[in-house]
Amino acid sequence: MAHPSQLGFQDAASPVMEELLHFHDHALMIVFLISTLVLYIIVAMVTTKLTNKYILDSQEIEIIWTVLPAVILILIALPSLRILYLMDEINDPHLTIKAMGHQWYWSYEYTDYEDLGFDSYMIPTQDLTPGQFRLLEADHRMVIPVESPIRVLVSAEDVLHSWAVPALGVKMDAVPGRLNQTAFIASRPGVFYGQCSEICGANHSFMPIVVEAVPLEHFENWSSLMLEDA
Amino acid sequence: MSDHFDEKIKNYRTAPFDARFPNTNQTRNCFQNYLGIQRKVGSAPSFRRSLRSNPDLYRPKLEKQLTSNYFHRCNKALSAKDQDTAPCDWYQRVYKSLCPMSWVQKWDEQLEAGTFPGKI
Repeated sequence: MAHPSQLGFQDAASPVMEELLHFHDHALMIVFLISTLVLYIIVAMVTTKLTNKYILDSQEIEIIWTVLPAVILILIALPSLRILYLMDEINDPHLTIKAMGHQWYWSYEYTDYEDLGFDSYMIPTQDLTPGQFRLLEADHRMVIPVESPIRVLVSAEDVLHSWAVPALGVKMDAVPGRLNQTAFIASRPGVFYGQCSEICGANHSFMPIVVEAVPLEHFENWSSLMLEDA
Repeated sequence: MSDHFDEKIKNYRTAPFDARFPNTNQTRNCFQNYLGIQRKVGSAPSFRRSLRSNPDLYRPKLEKQLTSNYFHRCNKALSAKDQDTAPCDWYQRVYKSLCPMSWVQKWDEQLEAGTFPGKI
């Protein structure tokens, strides 16, 4: 989850997010190198007492500073396109969950076998127990089996919302009347937090998403318990 | 044939990838499975149409089937011929996996009231 003074992304919990993280590191390193070079040149130009009024042109340097940026751009584009197509791969999900956005909570439906549906409201700050996270905890988490491809179908019952979990590298708009598909694999067990990412009214900031990835047996026990309680 | 469908249903995990709906928007996938188009058993033209968009290319384990048999129309078509409607259960499983419960409930109520906008 996010923590105070955080600069980078949250630790990746899915293979796609790992790729995105590494690509971001790669692109940012190029950005830092170019910025450092430019800053150095500016400082050098500003602080030198040397002047030269007689250079009119130079074919060689013109070629270098045209070709080199093109090469750098290709070095950025190739991994970017690789990830783009990786995210678009055909996947064969083991489980389908529907995430429906409401004002102002999410509801999750697991209907592959039985009809399991429940609402997920934020836990108000005054009801938090010690150790819980303010504005991020929810009363019912979306539990998923770890290391299984999951398909999430996101929609909304009233206004626009957006279902996002940064650690899993997932964000999908919830549009009323439309069913948007996204998929991911949770590579490790854990609890992953996200927040509604499309302005949806007064309590837009108070409808978090909590995904809990557990081993398959625990998932089966949880779903049986939830069905009994329903 | 019915044994194969029984086995398919028994091994059902979730709605498989459907090549006719490869993109993010799965609204039509849900609606089509709920709705269905007129199934003409053994009719050559519809078989050719279904081959063109045959998701079995991506699902080699499944038996070749007319992709046009979706649930309600399938039920209607098979019942009209006094045939077993068990093959339609696959499409019921698929639309139950894909469609939000509120949508299914609304459509069921509309069907009962006779105000369902789709053609069954």
